[in-house]
Amino acid sequence: MTGRPSQHQHVYRVAGLFAAGFVVFLIVRWALVPADFGVYGFYRGGALADARAIPVKYAGEQACVDCHTSVVDERKGVRHEKLKCESCHGPLAHHARTDENSKPRALNPRLLCLSCHTELKGKPTAVIPQVLAADHGGDGPCTECHKPHRPKIERP
Amino acid sequence: MHGVEGFIYPNEVELQWSVLIVLYPFLTGLVAGAFILASLERVFNVVAVRPTYRLALLTALAFLIVAPLPLQMHLGHPERSFSMYLTPHRESAMAMFGFVYLWYLMAVLVLEIWFDYRKDLVLTSRASTGLKKKIYGALTLWSDNIDEASLRVDDRAGRLITIVGIPSAFLLHGYVGFIFGSIKANPWWSTPLMPVVFLFSAMVSGIAAVMLIYMVLTRLRRAELDMRCLDTIARYLFFAFLIDFSLEMLDLIHRLYEADESLRALDFMVKTKLFVSQIVMQIFLGTLLPIALLGAAQLRRVSSRARQWIYAVSGVLTLVGILAMRWNVVIGGQLFSKSFLGYTTYKMQFATREGLLPAIVIMILPLLILAVLLRVLPPWTDHRDVEA
Amino acid sequence: MDQDRRTFLTEAGKFIVLTGAAALAWDHVVAGTPQNAPEYDVHAHWWGMIIDIEKCIGCGNCVRACKAENDVLNEPGCFRTWVERYQVDSADMDHPVVDSPNGAYDGFTEIDKPGDGIKVFFVPKLCNHCAHSPCVQVCPVGATFESPDGVVLVDKSRCLGCRYCVQACPYGCRYIDPRTHTADKCTLCYHRITKGLTTACCEACPTGARQLVDLKNPKDPVHEFIRTHKVHVLKPQLATGAKAFYNGLDGAVR
Repeated sequence: MTGRPSQHQHVYRVAGLFAAGFVVFLIVRWALVPADFGVYGFYRGGALADARAIPVKYAGEQACVDCHTSVVDERKGVRHEKLKCESCHGPLAHHARTDENSKPRALNPRLLCLSCHTELKGKPTAVIPQVLAADHGGDGPCTECHKPHRPKIERP
Repeated sequence: MHGVEGFIYPNEVELQWSVLIVLYPFLTGLVAGAFILASLERVFNVVAVRPTYRLALLTALAFLIVAPLPLQMHLGHPERSFSMYLTPHRESAMAMFGFVYLWYLMAVLVLEIWFDYRKDLVLTSRASTGLKKKIYGALTLWSDNIDEASLRVDDRAGRLITIVGIPSAFLLHGYVGFIFGSIKANPWWSTPLMPVVFLFSAMVSGIAAVMLIYMVLTRLRRAELDMRCLDTIARYLFFAFLIDFSLEMLDLIHRLYEADESLRALDFMVKTKLFVSQIVMQIFLGTLLPIALLGAAQLRRVSSRARQWIYAVSGVLTLVGILAMRWNVVIGGQLFSKSFLGYTTYKMQFATREGLLPAIVIMILPLLILAVLLRVLPPWTDHRDVEA
Repeated sequence: MDQDRRTFLTEAGKFIVLTGAAALAWDHVVAGTPQNAPEYDVHAHWWGMIIDIEKCIGCGNCVRACKAENDVLNEPGCFRTWVERYQVDSADMDHPVVDSPNGAYDGFTEIDKPGDGIKVFFVPKLCNHCAHSPCVQVCPVGATFESPDGVVLVDKSRCLGCRYCVQACPYGCRYIDPRTHTADKCTLCYHRITKGLTTACCEACPTGARQLVDLKNPKDPVHEFIRTHKVHVLKPQLATGAKAFYNGLDGAVR
């Protein structure tokens, strides 16, 4: 009986090889899949924290209002009041942080005002007053006549 | 914008899937088709095609080994691709396909080849010395029992694996079709017919490929072409073609007839220049012409020399046609915007990671691998022939 | 301005304007250490957005703000949000003329021949953060997912860059970031909304055409809005569960 290999010997060997491969796979899987995978759903749970940790660049209106209360007063009762500060002034979280004393960059009135107020077909006129720059006030900056925080020209 | 007509969503400015993704279903299709040809003999006892049995298996293996290469070259992070096995998303057809591929490669193809060649491997190992003996010894897993009983075990194992292998081959390429067919965002792809069309076109391309390789290699070996074998293969190719063509026409006619939003707003065929690749290359040159040639060889009394020419030409046209079909699905499906209001163009480059040059190399590589396999595992003498 | 009034306004303003959690988090935001903000309950929110077509003026502020806030490359094919302009001719409504020059990053210029009887309007687009997202369904490795609070995100450390999700998105809102070779898209400014801020695009919108909404918050104006307006989602026939609700969406919009 001894010495003569069974007719299935090679089948056992190849099956053993496959089984060994499977075990190696399971070990690799245990080692490589992050521990927080699957905590909330089929994804790495830490990805949520990664998405939240990105630094904020637009501070949000409240941050501006905290310090610039005179502008708040100036904008009372006009249409520009519902404009949030940063929609014109750009992202200013770096300026709002007290440890970084950075001045916001200067704005180009003509480009900025016209980006919204240029007359364009399709812009609902009830929502925004529009002008064709060529017919309205020449080449000078809009701020020559309009105060940006209180743009409606109030006649005495 | 250059190459854009009408309106496309701003992010659609470049195609997502390149010519490499055209090659991938082409290569896996050849695998499935070659295997089905092999199974004709092994399971369905179509004795006539036996001369191509081992060749078909080796062809399948050569192409299957190369198949992941275009995918790796396309990925943004190929080093992470193993994640598909570590954290496979069960809802994703692509993830599940990773397992289908692995199953087919290891549990079907490699095992079948191993069981079929085992006796020859053992004999070669016994008859060699040095490094060659070591290699062949390892290939036999150092079990060199080739008595009657173990050869019967091999035969039964091979048959069982082939039986399991047939639905596995269907799954292999049907799955690739499903990867496209399940995308509801893309109406050119989204159809339940896609897996079936892919499968039958795979069978056609695989059978044609093995037929051509057999003819070329036999000529190179200055051996005699087995005409009964070739005629039988050609007959199966012919019938598979009829089914494939019917399915593709059913899909196309259905789309054109229903003319839903995606077709109606787009003047799709002409504007995307799919007219040349679909009507001319895929349908006329790649399907109707080979069907006519093969049909003529079936129906009329044609000399064996003429039949050889017909088979060679049909084989080449078939492969070109099936490649065109993959192109029309993959690239064609990306030439129109998902807004259905515009088109873009595919700017295929040459010597970049996803360009024409790597595509050509990837197409040649399986043939080189096959050449190596033919040396290590010569297919020309089959121990079952000798015993029969 | 004396210290007391300023302090009062600050504290009161925080608690009135922002949610309680954000008020607590705000100091950390200002200090530049957002990761130290107190725990945000992911199960208490279900985020979406309302877009009011009737208020959109096509200025492109939202596109610029998004690129600034999220460090998005200013290159073709990299848009987390964009604005489309539609010109619909009543004689041929199946073929509206649509354009989106550089995603409307620089706004729009006047149409050469506007023509009479042609309706023109602007449609901002972004990721719809679908509740039954086809892009999440197809990701092979779980690199894109929907968070418990309804935001579809990409885990850049696991994404393979296979582009399957880009193919699966019906709205064209995904792209591959050429710097990281991974999928990228609108995150609904997750880093902001989890601290009580609104998204950058909503912050920058001058007319209030875009508004972040929290469907799980009973006090959120979205409930009243949906009750009083006719809202649509894009491509409803695909049943993606899109959560970007459009008011005034014309049938010509794709």
